Amino acid sequence: MNLRNWRLIAILVLALSLLAAACGGDDEGDAATTAAPSGDTETTAAADDAEAIKVAFVHVGPVADKGWSWAHDQGAQYLEANANVEITTLESIPEGSDSQRVFEDLAAAGNQVIFGTSFGYMDPMLAASENFPDVAFLHATGFKTGPGMGNYFGAAEEGRYLSGMAAGAATDSNLIGYVAAFPIPEVLRGINAFTLGAQEVNPDAQVQVVWTSTWFDPPKEGAAAKSLLDAGADVIAMHQDSAAPGQEAEAAGAKWVGYNTDMTEFAPSAWLTAAIWDWGPYYLKTVEDFVAGNWEATAYYGNMADGMVDIAPYGDSVDQATIDLIEERKAQIIDGSFSVFPDPIMNQDGAEQPLGDIFSMDFFVEGVIGSPTG
Amino acid sequence: MNESTLILTLFAAIGLGTPLVFGTVGEIITERAGNLNLGVQGMMLVGAVAGFWATFNTENLLLGVIVAMLAGAALSVVHAFASVTLRVSQIVSGLALTIFGTGLSSFLGETGSEPLVGEPSKATFEPILEGGLADIPILGPLVFGHDIMVYVSWITVAAASFYVFRTRMGLSLRAVGEDPASAESAGVNVARVRYIHIMIGGAFAGLGGAYYSLALVPTWQNEPIGQAGWICIALVILASWRPSRALFAAYLFGAAERIQFTLQTLGEPWSNVPSNLLAMLPFILAIVAMLALTSGKRARFLGAPAALGLPYFREQR
Repeated sequence: MNLRNWRLIAILVLALSLLAAACGGDDEGDAATTAAPSGDTETTAAADDAEAIKVAFVHVGPVADKGWSWAHDQGAQYLEANANVEITTLESIPEGSDSQRVFEDLAAAGNQVIFGTSFGYMDPMLAASENFPDVAFLHATGFKTGPGMGNYFGAAEEGRYLSGMAAGAATDSNLIGYVAAFPIPEVLRGINAFTLGAQEVNPDAQVQVVWTSTWFDPPKEGAAAKSLLDAGADVIAMHQDSAAPGQEAEAAGAKWVGYNTDMTEFAPSAWLTAAIWDWGPYYLKTVEDFVAGNWEATAYYGNMADGMVDIAPYGDSVDQATIDLIEERKAQIIDGSFSVFPDPIMNQDGAEQPLGDIFSMDFFVEGVIGSPTG
Repeated sequence: MNESTLILTLFAAIGLGTPLVFGTVGEIITERAGNLNLGVQGMMLVGAVAGFWATFNTENLLLGVIVAMLAGAALSVVHAFASVTLRVSQIVSGLALTIFGTGLSSFLGETGSEPLVGEPSKATFEPILEGGLADIPILGPLVFGHDIMVYVSWITVAAASFYVFRTRMGLSLRAVGEDPASAESAGVNVARVRYIHIMIGGAFAGLGGAYYSLALVPTWQNEPIGQAGWICIALVILASWRPSRALFAAYLFGAAERIQFTLQTLGEPWSNVPSNLLAMLPFILAIVAMLALTSGKRARFLGAPAALGLPYFREQR
């Protein structure tokens, strides 16, 4: 046997031992984790005389992003605490056609309700839903439904408007920077509502938009925020799921309006507030409807009145007068006496135009600097 | 674009380019030994999480930097063992290292009783050398007021340049990269030289990764470095395997990364340029620059180590 063969054997042995070590670890871990919950489900199953329903969540980023996916995961935890469910969570699943396989695998594995929490899952999920007619598919933020796929989202613009009021009151330079994700209606609604809110308390405030074409890329989003600060903005708002824009604002001594969740810890002195999500009650109701046989594949649009959208705790630098003003508007939004978008509405060019369908919004309102097409 | 916008943009470009300086200089040193390590992305990510972890637990930035370098070097040993000792294809081994390192960094960030993921850093690099000399026109505001790692990167470049071209060890290094058989007949231990310089490359990749998690975006998030590792490998060619040119290649890239946002804030007509086009800018720049440098007669002067990518079989000359 020559030297080459020995090397081959050495590589094989090394590879196999690594594999064995990895598998050994996994087996132990799996045994430990599955043993405890299955014991639990047996006891609850005996008590409820019902089997746990399998529910799956698919996220575009890590659930620990403390942003968008984290907010959905909080909702999943609320569901788990309040219903007899067995939850599977998949993180960092890329959008696009490959995700169809992920949804179909989940359906084939016995999941009966499957939530996909990012825009780009829309078509792949629709295709998967046609192959699994008995499974309830639910897609967040999209605009398509099918016989087996509903969609859900909420009026983030209501929270955006209120957080815009905090930004308008905080700016001295009257230039607010907005780190924007992709030029789609959801993002444009957010920017427009934010601008209208800022201008209600500060008619001179303008909102400069910079597009990053990312949902989660911290160095890029941080660099975009820095470019806005360098251009003279003293308040930064953003749409993406990372806290990087807030950390840039903190380092520059500016203020920050976040999104999705309370992110105070990332930038304690920059923090103003944010539009935030509470998905839990919706997830619980959807699963309960499904179990009772009442689920229908419809489009659901939550809002501040039903609690899906809210505004985060205020930072220390938000003064009481501003808080009172925001809370007053919030009460009016909830009781329906105030609507965020007027109709007709002033567009970016200073011309009045009909509001139209807000779900296909493709323009900027007066006071936004930047291009609504990206 | 007025003067102050230009200076602010270039200043930010230096910050954005700094992790690339570390990663590129490290990879240049590795490739000078005739070893192509495509695992930079993986080593940077592992360095990023290790450095963040150390600083998170000790609130000590120096310790974070040291741990990041050790972690990057430790990971690079896997590649060194596979490609130098076992003579596996360097391409395959390096790619495997990136895939492994990417997964490992995410895993380390999510494991343990208090997972790091989603946590802000307990300490971060602050600007130094502000005021005073910073009043010198143009040069002042560009050179002063960075964090200490930017200055460390300049020292690193100077030291690497001196080491590669002006020392006996550097001569052995270049000899191994050009013609390992001749180097060995001159008494150089080829395997040892390659091991050492693969590890140096790994250490600097780890340091570059830590610059992201401790300075640029002081938070732990999964894969917080974009595609920096791959960019470093392209920048090695752009820098034509010279540490001093790596500095400018990295800043060029940092500037392109930043200008896509600056242009959007400049109003008409700049804001009419589609942002997706601007997002491609750094990559277009890299491709154009590489084509310009590697085509035709210029390629000969580029200075790629002749034995780059080739495993060395001592007994098969």
